[in-house]
Amino acid sequence: MANKIIECHELSKHFGDFKAVDQITFDVKEGEIFGFLGANGAGKTTAMRILCGLSYPTSGEASVAGFNVYKQQEKIKKHIGYMSQKFSLYDNLTILENIEFYGGVYGVSREEIKKRSNELVATLGLEKEAKKLVGSLPLGWKQKLAFSVAIFHRPKIVFLDEPTGGVDPITRRQFWDMIYQAAEDGITVFVTTHYMDEAEYCNRITVMVDGRVEALDSPARLKESFHTHSMDEVFYQLARKAKRSSD
Amino acid sequence: MKQLFVFIRKEFYHVFRDRRTLLILFGLPVVQIVLFGFALSSEVKNIGITIFDQAHDLNSEQIVDRIKTSEYFILKESVNNYSEIEDRFQEGRVKCALVFPPNFGADLYRTGQAQVQIIADAADPNTAKILETYLSAIIGQYQHELNPNVKIPYQIVPTVRQLYNEEQNGSLSFIPGVIALIFMIVSTALTSVAVVREKEMGTMEILLVSPFNPIMVLIAKAIPYLVLSLIDFIIVLLLSAYLLDVEIKGSLLLLFGESILFIITCLSLGLLVSSVTESQQAAMLFSMMAMMLPTLLLTGFIFPLENMPKIFQVISNIIPSKYYYIIVKAVMLKGLGFEYVWKETLVLLGMTTFLLGLALKKFKIRLA
Repeated sequence: MANKIIECHELSKHFGDFKAVDQITFDVKEGEIFGFLGANGAGKTTAMRILCGLSYPTSGEASVAGFNVYKQQEKIKKHIGYMSQKFSLYDNLTILENIEFYGGVYGVSREEIKKRSNELVATLGLEKEAKKLVGSLPLGWKQKLAFSVAIFHRPKIVFLDEPTGGVDPITRRQFWDMIYQAAEDGITVFVTTHYMDEAEYCNRITVMVDGRVEALDSPARLKESFHTHSMDEVFYQLARKAKRSSD
Repeated sequence: MKQLFVFIRKEFYHVFRDRRTLLILFGLPVVQIVLFGFALSSEVKNIGITIFDQAHDLNSEQIVDRIKTSEYFILKESVNNYSEIEDRFQEGRVKCALVFPPNFGADLYRTGQAQVQIIADAADPNTAKILETYLSAIIGQYQHELNPNVKIPYQIVPTVRQLYNEEQNGSLSFIPGVIALIFMIVSTALTSVAVVREKEMGTMEILLVSPFNPIMVLIAKAIPYLVLSLIDFIIVLLLSAYLLDVEIKGSLLLLFGESILFIITCLSLGLLVSSVTESQQAAMLFSMMAMMLPTLLLTGFIFPLENMPKIFQVISNIIPSKYYYIIVKAVMLKGLGFEYVWKETLVLLGMTTFLLGLALKKFKIRLA
């Protein structure tokens, strides 16, 4: 059995009377691709912010990569990568400069940055574009590049917040190939998404409804227990129970 | 430390690749100095004047000769009646007219008194006042020459010195104001826009998730603009010295020290603006309205504070640029030392500490 790399126990976050995250309990195993689903306003983002060391929980316990979310936020940040749906590279920096910048911020040594960025550019087939401004690249490439940059410092876990919003199906497929590759290299992937076909690609998924974890299992078993053949239907059955309106 | 360096380098890439930022950074100081230095000169020279001489005698012509040789006036063709004077004014060719009555010279000798009329275009009251003074001086001088031997028994002669600016160089007083304004633009407006841009682009999120300390994000943003502000400061000083012939009297070291303090004030304001606004436009607008306008109007740099209603004088006390303006004027133009500006420095220091603290606090609240 693989090690648990993220552990949450009755984790809650309240904003006044509002329970954005309500006693969620789950864990993520090392090397797993873990899907985090839920309608808008279900509390996904709040939960993810806690796990990324951006905000403190109100109660409950959680650890990420072995570090406590209350006391060791700085250590957590060193061991995770993050990519959001909002595009996260600098348009008026070149590909190489972007890599150098993020590598530098994560404290990767200069020689290492040089070596890895050459490899990275070669893998992505962007040798010719390496010195071009990122702003001139097509969106799909930017997205792939952003993912590569997010795992450039070899984190233990990478958090992806709706990473494939607004890209075409082919690019999405290629993007998932990259995710698989990362998982094979031992990086745990924690991904939120709205696309149910993407949910199928995950090893295990949770569905959040009104701040609670309503389901947690592999896609196949979830479909079985909800007596259906599509993840869409599973999600719909769960999300219908929601009392909160989406924001 | 290395992370900070990486960050600052990135910030410089942003600046040097954005043409608009570059233009503001290096075009603006030059434009402002040239504009304020030459275009907005308060000196009045080469003013068109017309003469309506009904006397045509020796005395009237001698006065006209003196006006002709004065550098302040350009003699336009003379007129023959009052309505022509009106026409000249309306055409805009002259700003003033001098009218000699018939028998000007004869009156002068017979009754010992003659009249002459000065008509000035008071649509611009300041210029009109200055022209009146010039003409009165020329006539007074002539009158004095007519009676070289007469001595008025009791005479009080005021001697005037325009201290700290003996040559009446109009450029002097606005330079400290321009410097304050440029710091406001570079350190407040550009910095706030640079921070808000990261928010807008979503890169701020990435930076906050990174192990880079959030406070360091702000520091790394501020340092490049501190450097750029200082470069602008040097540009303004050089332009003032070599283009406008302004002599920098006080200690350069003190001037730089005080300027760095004020730049930090402006940076704190910029960071504060960036924490209360969400878009680049809002940040720009906010900096312009709330920060630059008061600098322009309430520091005494264009309009004298003493003439303002009490309420504005009170408000002006909370505007940091006012103190910086006083300090620079004292050090640069009067050559005074620190012992004369320590009070203003202290006020500025207090304001900076307060603003910086507030900016950091706001930033932290946003994180939680």
